Amino acid sequence: MKGEIYRISGPVVTIQGINTRMYDVVKIGHERLMGEVIGIEGDRSIVQVYEETAGIRPGEPVENTGMPLSVELGPGLLESIYDGIQRPLPLLREKMGDFIERGVTADGLDHEKPWEFKSTAKAGDAVSGGDVIGTVQETINVEHSIMVPPNVSGTIDEIKEGKFTVLDTICTLTDGTKLQMMQKWPVRMPRPVTKKLTPNTPLITGQRILDGLFPVAKGGTAAIPGPFGSGKTVTQQQLAKWSDTEIVVYIGCGERGNEMADVLTEFPELEDPKTGRPLMERTVLIANTSNMPVAAREASVYTGITIAEYYRDMGFDVSLMADSTSRWAEAMREISSRLEEMPGEEGYPAYLSARLSEFYERAGRVESLAGFDGSITIIGAVSPPGGDFSEPVTQNTLRIVKVFWALDAKLAQRRHFPSINWLSSYSLYTKGLADWYNDNVSPDWVKLRDNAMDLLQQESELQEIVQLVGSDALPPDQQLTLEITRMIREIFLQQNAFHPVDTFCPMDRQYMLLETIHKFADKASAALESGVTMQDIVKLESKDELGKVRFDEDFEGALKKVIDKMEDEFDSLKSEDYGARATAEEAE
Amino acid sequence: MAPEQLQRRLSKLTKEYKTITEISGPLIFLEKTEPVSYGELVHINLPDGTTKRGQVLDTSHDKVVVQVFEGTGGLNRESGVRFTGETIKLAVSSDMLGRILSGSGDPLDGGPRIIPEDRLDINGAAINPYSRLPPEDFIQTGVSTIDGTNTLVRGQKLPIFSGSGLPHNEIALQIARQAKVPGSEEDFAVVFAAMGITNEEAQYFMADFERTGALERAVVFLNLANDPAVERLITPRMALTAAEYLAYEHDMHVLVILTDITNYCEALRQMGAAREEVPGRRGYPGYMYTDLASLYERAGVVKGRKGSVTQFSILSMPGDDITHPIPDLSGYITEGQIVISRELHMKGIYPPINVLPSLSRLMNSGIGEGHTRDDHKAVSDQMYAAYAEGKDLRGLVAIVGKDALSDRDKKLLEFADMFEDRFVRQGLDEDRDIETTLTIGWEMLAELPESMLTRIDNKFIEKYHPAHKK
Repeated sequence: MKGEIYRISGPVVTIQGINTRMYDVVKIGHERLMGEVIGIEGDRSIVQVYEETAGIRPGEPVENTGMPLSVELGPGLLESIYDGIQRPLPLLREKMGDFIERGVTADGLDHEKPWEFKSTAKAGDAVSGGDVIGTVQETINVEHSIMVPPNVSGTIDEIKEGKFTVLDTICTLTDGTKLQMMQKWPVRMPRPVTKKLTPNTPLITGQRILDGLFPVAKGGTAAIPGPFGSGKTVTQQQLAKWSDTEIVVYIGCGERGNEMADVLTEFPELEDPKTGRPLMERTVLIANTSNMPVAAREASVYTGITIAEYYRDMGFDVSLMADSTSRWAEAMREISSRLEEMPGEEGYPAYLSARLSEFYERAGRVESLAGFDGSITIIGAVSPPGGDFSEPVTQNTLRIVKVFWALDAKLAQRRHFPSINWLSSYSLYTKGLADWYNDNVSPDWVKLRDNAMDLLQQESELQEIVQLVGSDALPPDQQLTLEITRMIREIFLQQNAFHPVDTFCPMDRQYMLLETIHKFADKASAALESGVTMQDIVKLESKDELGKVRFDEDFEGALKKVIDKMEDEFDSLKSEDYGARATAEEAE
Repeated sequence: MAPEQLQRRLSKLTKEYKTITEISGPLIFLEKTEPVSYGELVHINLPDGTTKRGQVLDTSHDKVVVQVFEGTGGLNRESGVRFTGETIKLAVSSDMLGRILSGSGDPLDGGPRIIPEDRLDINGAAINPYSRLPPEDFIQTGVSTIDGTNTLVRGQKLPIFSGSGLPHNEIALQIARQAKVPGSEEDFAVVFAAMGITNEEAQYFMADFERTGALERAVVFLNLANDPAVERLITPRMALTAAEYLAYEHDMHVLVILTDITNYCEALRQMGAAREEVPGRRGYPGYMYTDLASLYERAGVVKGRKGSVTQFSILSMPGDDITHPIPDLSGYITEGQIVISRELHMKGIYPPINVLPSLSRLMNSGIGEGHTRDDHKAVSDQMYAAYAEGKDLRGLVAIVGKDALSDRDKKLLEFADMFEDRFVRQGLDEDRDIETTLTIGWEMLAELPESMLTRIDNKFIEKYHPAHKK
């Protein structure tokens, strides 16, 4: 059935003479540009077009594919680099050169590539949606389960084994249904699960301030809001590189081209700390830069989460980074304003909040249809205008997510990275994860962390006084608190993402560092009581040396040296006859 | 051009519509046309014989909306409208170097029309992220606060955030004069696009270009303050199209200076209001981010091509407010910013670049061994940290006096003063190479006790610290 274009206004095109359903994908004009129906008015439908519309004129033909916007799921997703509507960017480059032209279609999966399929089910088995019928070794460390699509069930009549493409029939059910390795799923619809479970394991990221103070659980949701230049993207990339999930989906949504280029060249070279294989082998990248069509930017987030759900259904722990959800919200705003919809706050559509919560609800730890335990952790960057957290996207996000990592421009300006503000950030998972830390890190971890948080809180109060009277006017014990918190900030909280050793700090090292700082604090406070002056404590060399341990390849050796030195230094402080010396100095 | 295409263009050109129903600000509304394509270039013939140009903003079977670049003054319902059948294109050629063109690409210097080697759509096309090469070639600008602490690399977009009355033009010109990649002798060019700047400012730029002979290697697009505001929407696109052509077809390294982005955004707002769009923050259109991105993102290096496009734009922050939508949205797109400080300017320091809010996101890939020097990052980080702390202490000194400070704090306070006086301050024609910049850095850091240099690896201290060098 063919219709025609009635009106064009930027990425929004009105078509007529054709029957459509909401979210049907239509092909627009002679160049068959891809678009999606987002509104129906009488016999006219409103379409958002995923490509540039300049040069298209009214009267050009329109065709309805009758399918909603879907992604292709199957072996070959990993290591891919897609645009917002799952077109592989390397393929686009082959087809149209270095610049993105329009009207080019490209399959999300390679339809020609053969994969070695091993069956795990046999003829006569009763299967239903989500059940695994076989496996494919997708990359060296990822075994891809081939699942029955969620809406199919029956008894296996025949199942094959050997080399097949994703489109070949590998299994036939008794009712004649043919199954292939690839399945399609509409991006705007969450894939079904048996039930949702409570997250109980932290996502270990190797970033001290995150794992240590504000952990996110596997299956949890976190937001990183911050003004520009405060390190959102670096933090997101650190998480993509180091977090201990099996699959990473990274969505560059409306961000910088050069930054994406950096990710695209860096990820294939980086090593997965667990397996030693290239990180790219467990990663799917989606890059829709700010100058690529705005409607495809809107879709990119859904494309990403659907791919994440597919791997979750196999029982993997998946983490999804969306950088940035504000650009996604702006894409919604732009399209909404082209539709002349009544705007809500700051011109954003009234459904902003609903869309955001629908998206974050697709995270979670679940029991999949086949009974596996899988999870999706969503970490969304937010770019609030002017760094003002009271704007609608930040506020609507905060109502949903459980972890808030507040980036702070002031910290970034001092080159305190990651510039996450420890006073305004929070994690609602700390209680739920206490048992895990107890069993896996140390029984006194929770105490150490709470103590550190408490000291940091005290510091901010003391700083206010210092601002008025100077630090010398404080009593020695408060001066010591300031010194200890400086250590916590500079040694524990600061972390250099670009330093080969410091970029990733495993949990045991985090514990050792924090414990050593506390040990120093205890010794210093005992020394103070025995009459040692603050000046002498500040001068201790072991204090400065502790600051460099985190850069040392032989972390434990270096730490041990520092601890030994620290004990010697405090002993020597004690052994001198302090009372006598102090009096002598006064006499002088 | 294919014959049928030519045929269509000719038939279109001969057809003149006199069906204007409404004129509103820079917009005209037409009825009863043949199908007109979105984004098409339009010629409007006025009764007095002059011709204006416009672009289709909205098209349907019943109605076509056209924005007129040269303003709608003198238009009436009798004016004839011709549709050209193609989007706005710029005639490009390597002969453009040394030419001064208007904001819509017509020669202003009395020279002949440009004989095109190609005609390119001024909207360009997005570079496939997969085709991009991450920028990493260090550009030495000779300005310590940029080279040392906010390094510029080829293919980067790094705007200057300034304010009215501040010397951003001087800084931009100094950079245009001095910028080079040490040790390379490749072709370079400057594309300069003025959007709504005053005639006087334009004269200043032109005089400097002529004085230094830079004009020969420059293409200049001028849309002055009294030129129509709508034209400002196409001026930067023309400039970037020329830049891309020179970079990707003629292997040149092009530095694009767009000034002033704020005037561009004002024009965008004006158009949005004329179209009765729902305004976003402070009346600017909701799509301003995407629109600005379509300019800024046209910088970069493409795999397998020799040239590059680097953007160094000037943006004046209304009321020196960095949270104003224009600098704010820009900051989210560009790879950092150089912030000019009124406070430093009042102190008589040139260039008054405040390094604290300034940032170059691509710095880390352009510095270090093989680019500048292995200790570069450590020195930069340490200076940043010490300067930030020292600057904070100034507030405290104002309250409690210098004597109440600890020794550590006194050192930091001195460092902050020294930093502004020795590192930031330099002459208008002083071209410091990177070695000099880092040496100054070390000389200042040497004034701090070594135990305070927590951000510098011991091996660098041993290698570069003046006390160890002796």
